[in-house]
Amino acid sequence: MNLDFTPQEQAFRQQVRDFLATELPDDIRERVRLGRRLSADDHLRWQNVLSQRGWLGVGWPQEHGGPGWGPVERHIFDEECSAAYAPTIVPFGVSMVAPVIMAFGSEDQKRHYLPRILTNQDWWCQGYSEPGAGSDLASLRTRAVRDGDEYVVSGQKTWTTLGQHANMMFCLVRTDPEAKKQAGISFLLIDMHSPGISVRPIVTLDGAHEVNEVFLDEVRVPVTNRIGEEGQGWTCAKFLLTHERTGIAGVGHAKQALRHLKALAGRVQHRGRPLLELASFRQRVVKAEVELMALEVTHLRVLAAARDGGAPGAESSLLKVRGSELRQELSELTRRALGPAALPFFPEFLYGDETLEPEHAEHAAVGAQYFNRRKLSIYGGSNEIQKSIVAKTLLGM
Amino acid sequence: MDFSYSDEQRMLADTLERLVTDREWNGNATTQTAPSGLWQTFAELGLLQLPFNEEDGGLGGSGIDVMIVMQALGRGLVREPYVAGLLLPGTLLARLANSAQRERWLAPLMVGEHRLALAWQETAVRYDAHGVTTHARRQADGWLLEGAKHLVLGANSAEAILVTARVDDGTLGVFVVPETSNGFERRDYATLDGQVACDISLEGVALPHDARLGEDAAGALDAALALGRAALCAEAVGAMRVACEQTLAYLKERRQFGTPLASFQVLQHRMVDMHLNVEQAHSMAILAAASLERPADERDYRIAAAKAYCGEAARFVAEQAIQLHGAMGMTEECHVSHYAKHLIMFDHHLGDTDHHLEFISDRLSAA
Ligand SMILES: Cc1cc2nc3c(=O)[nH]c(=O)nc-3n(C[C@H](O)[C@H](O)[C@H](O)COP(=O)(O)OP(=O)(O)OC[C@H]3O[C@@H](n4cnc5c(N)ncnc54)[C@H](O)[C@@H]3O)c2cc1C
Repeated sequence: MNLDFTPQEQAFRQQVRDFLATELPDDIRERVRLGRRLSADDHLRWQNVLSQRGWLGVGWPQEHGGPGWGPVERHIFDEECSAAYAPTIVPFGVSMVAPVIMAFGSEDQKRHYLPRILTNQDWWCQGYSEPGAGSDLASLRTRAVRDGDEYVVSGQKTWTTLGQHANMMFCLVRTDPEAKKQAGISFLLIDMHSPGISVRPIVTLDGAHEVNEVFLDEVRVPVTNRIGEEGQGWTCAKFLLTHERTGIAGVGHAKQALRHLKALAGRVQHRGRPLLELASFRQRVVKAEVELMALEVTHLRVLAAARDGGAPGAESSLLKVRGSELRQELSELTRRALGPAALPFFPEFLYGDETLEPEHAEHAAVGAQYFNRRKLSIYGGSNEIQKSIVAKTLLGM
Repeated sequence: MDFSYSDEQRMLADTLERLVTDREWNGNATTQTAPSGLWQTFAELGLLQLPFNEEDGGLGGSGIDVMIVMQALGRGLVREPYVAGLLLPGTLLARLANSAQRERWLAPLMVGEHRLALAWQETAVRYDAHGVTTHARRQADGWLLEGAKHLVLGANSAEAILVTARVDDGTLGVFVVPETSNGFERRDYATLDGQVACDISLEGVALPHDARLGEDAAGALDAALALGRAALCAEAVGAMRVACEQTLAYLKERRQFGTPLASFQVLQHRMVDMHLNVEQAHSMAILAAASLERPADERDYRIAAAKAYCGEAARFVAEQAIQLHGAMGMTEECHVSHYAKHLIMFDHHLGDTDHHLEFISDRLSAA
């Protein structure tokens, strides 16, 4: 057993660090640092830089144009990106639909979609959840009826992240209403500009427009846009969910959040001393630090197991639960460290281009971010559901 | 020992319950800072006189009466600055002002003719009300104020602002500063819990002699903050109860896996934990309200305990209310998210859990 990074891995880290230092545009770095919302264009500018470097398809094998990194390189890359305030790669194309296309798509589909993803020509969104189908995803009701070479799709998707920017949606639809729940589901790729699609914003409690409702009214989708066989959608969905969860421990994000917290609590004064010296507060920071150390090693263990051939299974549920709890705790401690200064709310600065005095700008995102981070234990399978998975599959309960 | 309300208190509670539930929900906008126009109704109901002594023209209400009011305001998520615009400045006036000052500032406050605000917080000293660095220098013709205040609530609707400042002789002073004073500047912004706050800068603000209320204001400020804290606890309890009710109703109504969410044991237990937290917080809010007339040491010890306890309880209830609503709980549209924001940010007003636990820790009795 050896927990050290190899010299090659260390050299790789330095290479990533240098790249980020020179290539990440300053205005984007600053927006991420201050927790301000990025525009679609900001995301694309950064993803084009990554694309040119050949680093956009992080989890992809080389045959499809990925860098061919193993899990340890990916981990290093994530960590360095968070540390440098690089935007998170919008996952829906690169990390979600692409692996499904690679695993289940036809050669034509691979040839068509994968290069477009790698060059940011398509912006994908995820059409899984529906008003009546959240945790119980398999109860989804959006209907696709075969009509010659097309499906006619009607129904509603919701909570569609960044759907307002998307031109493509991968979507779970019911093709066979008679079959048993999971068996009647298919996986379709839908052009968001098709007639019959409308997108409505949902504003979240932090005042942000991150999620949407997507209405589908007799939308015609070519049968060639189906991935896998009819009725195989659930297999694709489950495959994708394990992918969605590999990075979900959020170790890189947590490290960055902890650094930020320590710096803040070291600066904020409490009775003439830094808040970080207040025993009760310090204690909670220490606990978070220790928890993160454990999480990182657990994460690396799961990654190593995956590298050696095991698909990330229920262990990724453990990572999701503890990772989300830790990131929520860090957002809570940051909010508390800020004290009264966490109260002000500047939506035009956070979500728009309005300027703000530096003393407010520096911390403007902290309060809103605390509320935004509540999503971590809800989406991608809520923590309650993750625990049920672990109980059932790992513990046999 | 008796935990029951008097007939009058029951009537007050009923009236207020109706008032806040009949009102149109105004929590829908991104920044729900529009006041709901209830201040005049407060005046008509006598709520603005309630907390003050009869000699001053008040109704001589008790801490429990204030608790009843605040619980209702919390239930309705009413954003009128009852604490910031009435209780805090009013208590200082009642404790410190001479008769001319009472006539000028307190009497109109109690009938809703004007509102006031209290500027006690500063960036560098967090929640410490006594660590002020804003400075008041005595001059031949009055006072000169220099400094900056942070997160002042209710100032946008106030006729004048009570400002705490360190006086040359080392005492803590409270000064009435009219909005129109030279060298006074206000920068308004919204807060996450839908109020309007501001930063204030005081650059050589000259005030007349009678701008100062009384002499050393340290004790009066503690009393005002004690009342404010007790009131906020009661308000949080009102809001916690609604968050629980809404979550329970949602669990019973929302179905997944062919059955109501309420049938899942893990959610039942979570709901019980929420309920347990509310009951404990309610007890602490009662303890706080009933301790306002105690000697300052005892009062402040108990109220710090209540504020710390309610802060944690409110956080638990808020976080779980969102969690059990799933993605729905994350939306502006869902009322429970507004309660959650109120309950989380409650901890940032008048000292948070850490602040109050430290206060208790410093005084923990060995017995
Ligand atoms: C910010 C955000 C972004 C999202 N982005 C997307 C997206 O891009 N695409 C997409 O398709 N979806 C997206 N989602 C939806 C997300 O996947 C769902 O919110 C999630 O699956 C939970 O479903 P629900 O919200 O309907 O909650 P519900 O399923 O109604 O659950 C409510 C509560 O009950 C609990 N619960 C449910 N069933 C059980 C059970 N059997 N046992 C114990 N507890 C249970 C849950 O854990 C939760 O606490 C997003 C959600 C959020 C918050």
